[in-house]
Amino acid sequence: MDVVNQLQRQFIDYSASLHREGFLDDQFTQLQKLQDDNSPDFVVEVASLFFEDCEKLINNMARALEQQQGVDFKQVDASVHQLKGSSSSIGAMRVKDVCIAFRSFCEAQNREGCLRCLQQVTHEYSLLKNKLQTLFRLQQQILAAGGSIPVVE
Amino acid sequence: MRVERVIRDENDSFPVGMRVLAVDDDPTCLLLLETLLTKCKYNVTTTSQAITALKMLRENKNKFDLVISDVHMPDMDGFKLLELVGLEMDLPVIMLSANGDTKLVMKGITHGACDYLLKPVRIEELQNIWQHVIRRKKFDRKDRNGSGSQDKPYIDSSEAAGFGNVDQNGKFNKKRKDQNEDEDEERDENGHDNEDLSTQKKPRVVWSVELHRKFVAAVNQLGIEKAVPKKILELMNVENLTRENVASHLQALFLNLTDLVTKFRLYLKRISCVANQQANMVAALGSVDSSHLRMGTMNGLGNFHTLAGPDQIHNAAFTSFQHGGVLRRLNTPAGVGISGLPSSGLVQLSPVQNLGNTSTNQSKLQSFVIPGNHNANILQGMPMSLEFDQLQNNRAASHVGQFPSVDNTTVLPVSSISGSLIDAGCSNSPLLGVTSNSLLLEGSSQLPTLHASNLRDSVSGFPNRSTLSDFTSIAPASNELHGSKADIQNQASPISCNAGKIISSAPQDWNAPKKDAPYQSNVPSCSINSLRAVNGDMAQLGQCLNQNNPIFNRNVGFDFVDPLSIKCSEGENLAMEPSVIEKEGYLMVQPSRQGSYIPDNEGENFAMEPSVIEKEGYLIVQPRRQGSYIPGNLGSLEGLASAMAKPCYSPVFLAQTSSNFCSKGLSDVVQ
Repeated sequence: MDVVNQLQRQFIDYSASLHREGFLDDQFTQLQKLQDDNSPDFVVEVASLFFEDCEKLINNMARALEQQQGVDFKQVDASVHQLKGSSSSIGAMRVKDVCIAFRSFCEAQNREGCLRCLQQVTHEYSLLKNKLQTLFRLQQQILAAGGSIPVVE
Repeated sequence: MRVERVIRDENDSFPVGMRVLAVDDDPTCLLLLETLLTKCKYNVTTTSQAITALKMLRENKNKFDLVISDVHMPDMDGFKLLELVGLEMDLPVIMLSANGDTKLVMKGITHGACDYLLKPVRIEELQNIWQHVIRRKKFDRKDRNGSGSQDKPYIDSSEAAGFGNVDQNGKFNKKRKDQNEDEDEERDENGHDNEDLSTQKKPRVVWSVELHRKFVAAVNQLGIEKAVPKKILELMNVENLTRENVASHLQALFLNLTDLVTKFRLYLKRISCVANQQANMVAALGSVDSSHLRMGTMNGLGNFHTLAGPDQIHNAAFTSFQHGGVLRRLNTPAGVGISGLPSSGLVQLSPVQNLGNTSTNQSKLQSFVIPGNHNANILQGMPMSLEFDQLQNNRAASHVGQFPSVDNTTVLPVSSISGSLIDAGCSNSPLLGVTSNSLLLEGSSQLPTLHASNLRDSVSGFPNRSTLSDFTSIAPASNELHGSKADIQNQASPISCNAGKIISSAPQDWNAPKKDAPYQSNVPSCSINSLRAVNGDMAQLGQCLNQNNPIFNRNVGFDFVDPLSIKCSEGENLAMEPSVIEKEGYLMVQPSRQGSYIPDNEGENFAMEPSVIEKEGYLIVQPRRQGSYIPGNLGSLEGLASAMAKPCYSPVFLAQTSSNFCSKGLSDVVQ
């Protein structure tokens, strides 16, 4: 029990820090609430999907922006838009914020700006992925130790 | 069955188990959506492809209650999906997007979305979406039953039916027939409804002949300018009648008129093409298919493929014309250039198939269903087309039979008239058509012989009110009808012209080609002669409209054209905003369903706000440029009334230069 409590406290702290640092927002909490006995791995599932999707979109954007002959900003914008949608759905606040900036560069057809944003997005995405993986590991540990995941408000 | 079950469930466990189809190409969002919806206890089906979604929906229309769709999708634009679902399946659709731009939201709503949610979507929002289903169901039911809204005049039922049909690419003809029959039955049953308003849960106002007479009298007394629902109500002094009832009645008439106008225009357009070769009295009243519009084929117009020779037409027309009243009026040769009846344009009495179908513009025309009921001297939608058939085959009788509405009450075979009008012979005859149709609306069964001769007896559909001479005069601006495309679409409301005044007198006289003065032989303009108002004064509409002539001339002394024929089912129809498009003087009124998809013509649809003026029984629709939509709600009735009050337009003549027509062809109109 001590182990469990410890793990749980760790979990809570870590969650709180992620929220504090803006990696996650309220939407993520909503997701966690949705998780229940019917869908015990819901959050992990959604997060995995998100990572996959994110990678795909980043690749699309990179490819589009690399075009020397002429960047198809519409396509980039479409990808950014989708990324924005999914990141906001999962609660990935920082990623979403970068997407917002990214979109304005797309509209302005500013290739440099877009490339910069793409870098930022990639960076934020990696950070978030790591953080979430840590969080999920903690969750696993708690469950393995027989405890339950505390709900972080 | 499922629908029934759901309805049943409404009382017990709805919205539990409500069947939602969720469409989103983003897997993260889709999973989230699915989970949220499941959490709300809905029954969720997901797909990441809009095309798959459509397939699923088409397989079984009753499989789902609600659709939620993302806006940005790779295989199909979310708005497009929205429209298609709304049109084909009439399901409530909720849009979803990460982009909350007002413009986009607006677009969603105008395309018919019942809600627009922003990502990330929250469970609280999803918990309320079932309301949309209920709301929609209620409307749908109202549509089908033609009942419900207490303010709906009797006409509504048929109109509602007509509307209901919009969604189905059905056999409109058949449906109309059924509906008409139903309506008649209903009418009989509801004859006393006026007194029962208070006892009914949702009293429906049945616009009986007496009531309508009072209405007309009130309007006449007030004068066109002042005939606002409130005052009309006061003058009528009928117990249990509300301002809303009156307003809706007014609007119904107007809508019918506009519908008629549109049909007529289309008709004229068609005719113009044909006109070159012969008189084009097109009994376009019948369903006008785009293809039909083509002069050559004219299939749409109830087959008046051939502008049959005048004689033929005449016979046909007259036979079908049951109500002599109007016909009588039409006796004055001058005006009645029935030949020009562009039934298609105006009176698209025939039910328009696929109203919802954007692709088929022509069919849209058909949707003008002139409510055959009672007052409405409405041009029965079908009749028109039927007319053509008759024309073609001189099977007046049969045609008449076809009109669903041909029952006494119904309407007008405007088409019939138009058919007759189509004086094949007139090469230049512009389109008259309209007039006959509208005229015909004259409910009186007196149409004896339209001397225009072509008024079919079928026109008998005219409503009982013989006094109603509703003319929809549409003055074609001697130019081709403007893209009636839009008009035709969504033309669900039948335009009923009570008096069936037909406007536009083509050079063809009804009786044996009498060329009255107003005729301009080559002019596209049709002089609407003598579209007599119910009161028997055939006002000579005979004005040939020239291209640049003002379409509407004011005619003094018109009685209020009882736009009985304008049927408007308050609830649903009101939702339609007729958009009136004026093209070169033609006023096309096209009601558009809210949120209905008007393909490709969005711009066109709402160009005009017609003001309808009734003069001597003619309902003149006066185009306004850049107007707003004709509001489909009661509120607008007053506007309508005032619009109607606007004077200065005499019966409109549908005039079309044959050349115009020809060049344009129906397809243009329709498209």
